[in-house]
Formats: sequence, C-alpha cells, structure tokens
Amino acid sequence: MTQLNTELKPFAGAFKTNAYLADSKQKLQRKLTASIEDAIKKSGLKDGMTISFHHAFRGGDKVINQVMAVIAKMGFKDLTLASSSLTSCHAPLVEHIKNGVVTQLYTSGIRGELAEFISHGGMKNPVQIHSHGGRVHLIQSGELNVDVAFLGAPSCDEFGNANGSQGKSRCGSLGYAMADANYANYVVVLTEDLVAFPCTPASIKQDQVDAVVLVDEIGDPAKIGGGATRLTKNPRELLIAKNAANAIVNSGFFNDGFSIQTGSGGASLAVTRFIEDKMRAQGITASFGLGGITSTMVDLHEKGLIKTLFDVQSFDSAAADSIARNPNHVEITANQYANPSSKGAMVDRLDVVILSALEIDTNFNVNVITGSDGVIRGASGGHSDAAEAANLTVIVAPLIRGRLPTVVNKVTNVVTPGATIDVLVTDHGTAVNPNKPELKARLEAANLNVKTVEELQQMAEALTGVPAPIQFTDNVVAQVRFRDGSLIDTIYQVK
Amino acid sequence: MIANLRRSMLFVPGSNAAMLSNTYIYGADSLMFDLEDSVAHAEKDTARMLVFNALQAPMYKNIEKVVRVNALDSEFGIKDLNAVVRGGVDIVRLPKTDSAEDVHQMEAVIEQIEKDCGREVGSTMMMAAVESAKGIVNANEIANSSKRIIAIALGAEDYVQNLKTKRDRNGDGIELLFARCTMLHAARAAGIKVYDAVFSDVNNEEGFLREASLIKKLGFDGKSLINPRQIELLHNLYAPTQEEVDFANKVVAAYEEGRRKGLGVISLNGKMIDGPLVDQAMLVLERAKSGIKE
Amino acid sequence: MKITKPAFAGTLESSDVQVRVSPNEFDQLNIELNSAVKDQFGEQILAVVKAVLAKMEITSADVIVEDKGALDCVIRARVQAAILRSIQPENINWGQL
Repeated sequence: MTQLNTELKPFAGAFKTNAYLADSKQKLQRKLTASIEDAIKKSGLKDGMTISFHHAFRGGDKVINQVMAVIAKMGFKDLTLASSSLTSCHAPLVEHIKNGVVTQLYTSGIRGELAEFISHGGMKNPVQIHSHGGRVHLIQSGELNVDVAFLGAPSCDEFGNANGSQGKSRCGSLGYAMADANYANYVVVLTEDLVAFPCTPASIKQDQVDAVVLVDEIGDPAKIGGGATRLTKNPRELLIAKNAANAIVNSGFFNDGFSIQTGSGGASLAVTRFIEDKMRAQGITASFGLGGITSTMVDLHEKGLIKTLFDVQSFDSAAADSIARNPNHVEITANQYANPSSKGAMVDRLDVVILSALEIDTNFNVNVITGSDGVIRGASGGHSDAAEAANLTVIVAPLIRGRLPTVVNKVTNVVTPGATIDVLVTDHGTAVNPNKPELKARLEAANLNVKTVEELQQMAEALTGVPAPIQFTDNVVAQVRFRDGSLIDTIYQVK
Repeated sequence: MIANLRRSMLFVPGSNAAMLSNTYIYGADSLMFDLEDSVAHAEKDTARMLVFNALQAPMYKNIEKVVRVNALDSEFGIKDLNAVVRGGVDIVRLPKTDSAEDVHQMEAVIEQIEKDCGREVGSTMMMAAVESAKGIVNANEIANSSKRIIAIALGAEDYVQNLKTKRDRNGDGIELLFARCTMLHAARAAGIKVYDAVFSDVNNEEGFLREASLIKKLGFDGKSLINPRQIELLHNLYAPTQEEVDFANKVVAAYEEGRRKGLGVISLNGKMIDGPLVDQAMLVLERAKSGIKE
Repeated sequence: MKITKPAFAGTLESSDVQVRVSPNEFDQLNIELNSAVKDQFGEQILAVVKAVLAKMEITSADVIVEDKGALDCVIRARVQAAILRSIQPENINWGQL
C-alpha cells in the first residue's frame, strides 16, 4: 500500500500565500524601501554578520561609504566586509575599523589610506586577499557566507531587475555584482535611476533581489571610467608593447581564432594596437577577447577583428555603451569568468593574456599587491586566475620604475606563482620561463632580444644599486589566498 | 664608442633627468645630448652637470655619445667643452658652423682640454652642424676642415629662416633641396658622413616617412630624430630586403674567397667586384642587423 | 670650504632630485634626505651625496635632498650643480668633480 505523506497541509483558501498579493500597490512596490536604514532593518542584519559590495564603479564608488555610514550610525559591530575590491576612495573604512564596526575584510585589493592603515597594523584580523575567481570559490566553498549584499546598480526597476549599461553612472558589466546577487541571503539594490518595470536587459534579476533603495548617488561618473581609454604616447610603454606583440606573434599561439585578455595598464593596452597590425597582415581574427574590457577591445571588435567580447568589468564608458549596442559584447559573471571551481570558467579557454607586475623575481613569481616598501597598494584581481589557465601568460613591465627595480631576486609578496608565468617583456629585453624551452627557442629564432631573467635582474641592480631589505614585524596584516583558497603568502606589518 | 651605422641620431635635452636616465633603451645608432637650443638659459649650468655625469655612467658605455655644445662665442661654450671632453664624449657637435675657422677655433679648445686632462689628443671627434646660408656656401671647407670632423649635419629651422622662407612639412622639400645636395656633396667629396635635419612634428608619421624617403634617395646616411618612435620608422626605411641581404652575402663571400686565393680581379656572376661594391655590401649587412624589410 | 650662499639645483619631477644647499651656522655638514625610496636606498643616496661633498671639499653646509627616484648619476650632477651655483668659482676645478 502506498505511503501517504500525512504532513501535507490541507488547502485553507486562496490569497493566503503572500499577504501583499491582496494589495494592488504592495504587490508591485513591496521591494521599494524608503532608505538605506530601512533596508538594513528589513534585512535582519546583526552584529558579526557578513556584508558584501562590488567594485564596478572603481574609484567613483559611492555605495560602500554611504552604506557603511548608516551601518555605523545604527550601532552595528563586528561585521565582515567582503567587497570584490577596494580603492583609495574607501578611506572612510579606516574609522569604521577603528570603531569596531568592521573587524574582518575580504577583498581583492586595497589602496591609499586604508592600505597604509592595514599595512601599519591597524586591523586585528588579517585581511583576506583573494583573486576575482577565488572570491566566488570562497563563497561556494562556504568560507564566505554573505548575509546581506548591498549592490549599486545604475538602472533598476521596482522589482529589482537591474543593469549597468543605462543611467548616469553606467558602468557596463555588473559581473561581480551578479555573483553576489546569486549567493547572498539578502540582496539590497541601490540605484539612482529607478526605471519603469521591466528594466531590460536584467543583469541582476528580480528573483534575486529583496529590496530596492533609490538614493541620490551611487557613483561619480567622472571617476567610474573616463571616455574612451586613450592609447599611451609614452615611448617606453610603446617600446615594451611592441616587444610584447612581437613575442606573442612568434609564440606559436598567434593563430586564426585565438583568444586574448589584456590588463588595463598603458603598455598592456598598447599591445593590442601592435597586434592589430599583425592580425591584418596575416588575416587572423580572434575568436574572443576577455576581461577587463576597454574601448581598445571594443574598437577591434567593431572592426571585425575580435568576434566576441566577454566582459566582467567595463573600464570606460565606451565599453559600457558597447554592451548595450553590440550583441556579441557579452556580460559575464565572476563565476563564468574565472572561478576555478566553476562548471565553466572563461579563463580556461584563453590563449594569450597580457598582465603587469609591481615586482617579478628570478623564479617568475609575481607581486601585484605590495610595493617594494612592503605597503599594500594594489590588487590580486584576475591576475592569478588568467595566468594559471591561459596558454601563454605574458608579463609586461619596465625593468625599473624611477629607482625601484621591477625584476628582483625575490618578490616582497607572491600573488601569482612563477610556474604560471611564461614570458617577461621589459624595455631592456625579454625573458622566457625555463619551463618553456620550445617557446624560448621560438623567440630566440625571431631575434627578440631574449635574455635570462637573472641577466635582467642584474641589469636592474646595476642601474639602481642593491635595495636594503624592508623591515617587517611578525604581525600578520593580510593573507594572500590563491584562487583555490590555499594560503600562498603572508603580508606582515611594516616597521 | 664610435658607431658603425649612422642612420638615427636621437636628440635628448640635456636638462631632462628622466630622459637622461633611460634613452639608451631605444636602440638609436647614436645619442645626442643637447646643451644648446633645447636647454633654457637658466638651466645651462645644471644641464652641463647632468650630461657630464651621464657621459660617464655605465649604462651609456656601449652607445655612441654626441653632445651639442653652445657656441664658443657664448658664455657657456668653453665650460661645455670642458665638461664633455673630460666626461668622455665621443663626438662634439658644433652648432651654427659658418666656416672652417669656426671648426679650427673649437678644435683648438678641445685639444687644449685633452692635454689638460690627459685624454688622448685627437680622440674627441667633431660634427659640424650647418644652419645658415653662409655655412652652406662654405660646406666644402667645413667638411675638409679637420681630421676630427667625421660628419656634417643640416640644421633646417635656422637655415630656412636665414633664407627668408619656411619649411613645408607636407610638401616636397624644395626649400631645402639646395642645402641638402650641397651638404651631401661636401660630405662625400671629403669622405665623411652626412645627417639630415630634425622632423619635429612627432605625430605626423606620414610626413616624416616622406621626408626620410627623400633624403635616403638623395644618399644621406641618416637623420637627426627627436622622438624614439621615429627610430623604428627610420631603421625600417633603411632596412634592406631579403634579396639585397642575400646579394650582399654573396658579394662578401666572393670577395673573401678571391682574397684568399690571391686573385687580382674578383668577380661575381661575371661582374667585377671592387672596393666600393664590397663597402656597400657591408653596409647592407650592418643595416640588416636591426631587421629586414618584409 | 664653507657654503655661504644658498642655492639649489634640480626639479621635483619623477626620476629627478632637488638639492638645496645653504650655510650651516655651526660650521657642520648636515644632510636631510626626503625620498619615497628612503627605506630601500636611503643609505646609498646619502653615500653619493657625501662623496660629492667630500670631493668638492665642502666642510660646512645644510643640504636638503628631495629625491623623486633619481639614479646615482643624476644625484651626483644635482649636488655638484647646487654647490657650483653657491660658490660660483672663477674656474671650475674639474678634478673635484
């Protein structure tokens, strides 16, 4: 005889599922919240919980400071703040940390006053530095449990559908925000542009959102990303870019249908221009460009030289506008971009990636997080994600910056392990990782001023002199997590 | 060190510390540190010390170093010469050379400084820049004025003003034709090298290439440059094709074999190979080192 | 020799250094260094400055060095130039440079 489920409740009449359905106005507008304070009350935020933010507005972000000011005023303590990254505009966090509002930080990068504060021991718990893909892994693996996500969106409707390609503070891809919208327990969308339902296309979707708050400003358009990123005219950066393009063209990975990702620094971007000429000359088109998308990539896409753009962050307004009008300029989430435990990470399909470095040592380990004075000043970003997964990882950097050597014996901190780095292109020569002998032979055969990385380090030292080692205490201020969550390096307090 | 090739000479303002710290990376055949027109009056003394020290820096050891000093009749000339000769300059560039006498006067000062500081007498070479009608008229005597003179160069801005005309950067260069041909003939007759003038519009790549093609056709060895981006453009222009390189290799091989066999007359494919042809072949191979035309 | 006239040379541009010399009232040599790379290269920069002062036989001066990441040859040049501007010799003693 079949077992009946006796726990089933008997039907008790319609219109009882959701009380708001009875009120025609409530039905549609129930998510609209009058203020950030009200949203926080509705969210059930308590001391010790984890809140999250995204960094699509970069240096023009106004969400974190705004929300934190309210949270602090309401008297919350002991929170874990997980932002996909932080910039120098987030200096007000220093006060919140001093006052015990925030006692734990998860972020990809820190800069400015906050970074100095942390490097000088201002925070008791070590900051967790992670890569972009690594962050999603930390969330999925259960280490990072986001209780409330506060997501700024340039355009949003009353039901929570939001995108980044319309509105005054449009930022393009909401790739990082989309990951949080997926995993957080309670999602608050803050917007300065409440549009009529439905807001399409929706990057953050109505079935992910709990509350919508209309605020005056979520970002400063001037600082979110300027107009089209201008190509550098700096002759040194152009020299490095030209050398890098030559290395890529002769690497064996420059074939029809190849894929490419570049960082946003001057030399990295300029590489695409030099490659463009070679692409035309050899009739090669790229199947996709990934990143970190700038107007330079958009230009190549619109010229038909790159078939598809996969965008997790749009660096300038030209890129942001392109998402709206180019069907093959596709927004992707951080999970689709680089999460090592994702079912499908785009970096896995990458041929060539061009990255920068604050320091790189004779084992090709790269530091993008601390300066050679030991103070935090950068971000892990997508560096180690792309480097581990791509077929060819190229680092572009000047041999020395002012009096500081870029190529050193041992990096101050490791973010990206040397085994994942294939080529280092500087203005004084190119070095190939000894673990890639075939690549080295190719570049030597093409007469590309190939040197050993030790020779480059010696050249740097001959120019600058030998730097005195930085003094650290044994207080841990940050822990650098590799993309799989493992601890790859420790950042100590500077003396 | 004295350069083999004289295609590119990159001008670097001697007052710019950042530039002096890294211009060797751009692969110019020759670097010219300027103490004259690109340096403000108030900074002539500090530029002099920057160049004095840069000349001795290890990073510039394997590159040819030229310095354009201020004229002897200025308050800076003699101090400049002391700084650069003692600092180890390879070539002193005289600005505004109007006659052989200008060369002789500067040579005398240089010789005295060499003696005073123990530098081998005659080791400081010279290059005369001609920037006026008078200088053009005297080009022959200038080119032959001294064993130290290894090249002459055209300074076009002052020259066209002297002529009471203007440079047309998008034109055919007719306003400079006579000067260029004169300089070229004077140099070749004296057996020395000749440089064309600076093309100062860095963003006008087309204009630069047009002018550089013209002077290459005329026979100039090279050109003065004011931005590293112009170096590659110029070297590419002067780069031989693979065919030219192959032919040059054959010429050199035939010549060397002929010498080994002690032949009086050496020929390749029925044509006689003489000194000038071998020199030309060697020049082609030297130019090919920085790249072959595709 | 004592520095009696204040003078300076150099700029605050990246990769440059500005050196100011002025009289020291106690007849001593006093050097103040400000540099973004003080931790890594402070000692070396001071050594270069002191070597120039010694070679030019300067025994009394206040020297302020504002470094913006200059290489040794630039530092040397700026210290020499500042001193020469201060003492303004009739004839430069090249053996001291």
